[in-house]
Amino acid sequence: MTQSPEYNFAYLDEQTKRMIRRAILKGLAIPGYQVPFASREMPMPYGWGTGGVQVSAAVLTPDDRFKVIDQGADDTTNAVSIRSFFERTAGVATTTKTQDATVIQTRHRIPEAPLGEGQILVYQVPIPEPLRFLEPRESETRKMHSLEEYGLMHVKLYEDISRHGHIATSYAYPVKVEGRYVMDPSPIPKFDNPKLGDCPAIQLFGAGREQRIYALPPYTQVVSLDFEDHPFEASKADHPCGLCGAEDSYLDEVITDDQGGRMFVCSDTDYCEARQAAGHRGKDAA
Amino acid sequence: MTPLLSVQGITKRYGAHIGCADVSFDLYPGEVMGIVGESGSGKSTLLNCMAGHLRPDAGAVVFDTRAEGPRDTVTMSEPERRMLGRTDWAFVHQHARDGLRMGVSAGGNVGERLMAVGARHYGDIRGKAVDWLERVEIDAARVDDRPTTFSGGMQQRLQIARNLVTGPRLVFMDEPTGGLDVSVQARLLDLLRGLVRDMGLSAIIVTHDLAVVRLLADRLMVMKNGRVVEQGLTDQVLDDPQHGYTQLLVSSVLQV
Repeated sequence: MTQSPEYNFAYLDEQTKRMIRRAILKGLAIPGYQVPFASREMPMPYGWGTGGVQVSAAVLTPDDRFKVIDQGADDTTNAVSIRSFFERTAGVATTTKTQDATVIQTRHRIPEAPLGEGQILVYQVPIPEPLRFLEPRESETRKMHSLEEYGLMHVKLYEDISRHGHIATSYAYPVKVEGRYVMDPSPIPKFDNPKLGDCPAIQLFGAGREQRIYALPPYTQVVSLDFEDHPFEASKADHPCGLCGAEDSYLDEVITDDQGGRMFVCSDTDYCEARQAAGHRGKDAA
Repeated sequence: MTPLLSVQGITKRYGAHIGCADVSFDLYPGEVMGIVGESGSGKSTLLNCMAGHLRPDAGAVVFDTRAEGPRDTVTMSEPERRMLGRTDWAFVHQHARDGLRMGVSAGGNVGERLMAVGARHYGDIRGKAVDWLERVEIDAARVDDRPTTFSGGMQQRLQIARNLVTGPRLVFMDEPTGGLDVSVQARLLDLLRGLVRDMGLSAIIVTHDLAVVRLLADRLMVMKNGRVVEQGLTDQVLDDPQHGYTQLLVSSVLQV
């Protein structure tokens, strides 16, 4: 699809993209550190991925192949509208195949297929500050980051265990980056946490409303926080996918009727379709 | 003997107004110092300057650190000062709500300081929290309840447990019994006296309640308009006040 002539390439003006790229470079230089940036009004509501869209706009080039996923799926409202937004304003090629994409914007998932060097994964982040719900003062959380005072993060995990008997935080599970900054990995399920570390792709995080960008350069050490006697566990529903039979992928539970019928399917639609095309079948496959 | 805390010429101004001026004293290990005076006399300003919450305009607060001996806490770097604030120092606020995390369970409140200094074993942290709740006479079964469900006296005792769990050597207390009724006050004082004696704590207690210092403090400092007008042994100052203001203060206590 060709780019609409009314827009500058990828919607944002060049000065804005330059400002965002500077923030991204700073974020890459200090992995896990939240870099403030002058977030712009985007033609979509806050909470729909304004941060991710701005980061994508700043990194896209005309040669890129762009993929958008929302909760792992390529065909949900958020994914479809952001994909068509960039088709129209940047004229870039789009794809749903993880391996073919050079830039992947994601909401709440990391694709199942392993990422490679040369790929960029852009996360949409609602609340970038992992300490926010324990310490409401921004001045104080900044000081805690700068002085590496992260005892409070374990208070949250302690509360989880005392209330539920295990660490019940199942998404936005806090991680420590390169032994320094504690980072909110955006609301990805904790199943995806192990994929954050030692990843060959560049991972960029954009929070539009909160005006923060942070990043993980390739092959960064990322450790999920835990207690010695309650170690971190990447959990998922204990079922195979109903459509493709995969046992290693993160699953969505889908209610199918009013009689309590349900099926579990891969949340990553591309991964599921690729497996079905290769002949794998689950028990609920038609 | 090296003093645990040596305060030298602390002065804090709020513009033209004096918060406290030229206050000096030494506090030795195991000693409890009371600071009394009327509202606005600069007691709390002085306490906040000593505890590192406010930066004094002049003077030094020299603390005998475990690792490096006497250090001026006013000029030491902020990370070092904050580290002291959660290891060797403790601060008990007048209102328990200022010193507690109201959205976190009692056990989490007590455990926070442990986790802040690197404890990462849930079972150990919880064991210590339960132990400390019992030491401050809170039922161990309430370890998972939030402080919002506690009475005022229990909140204050929880705040004390949360502060003492890392075994500090110096406790700053700002009106620890303020806002509590007299029988609860009496129990809290009893508890504090026991803990101070058992743990060999040094403490600086700011209060306007002479009964509190009579019970807890070895030495007493009387402040008026930001300056120390009289200091000495508690019984000496209270029984034989020399300065006109101290005489007024002692004679204003209602006799029942």
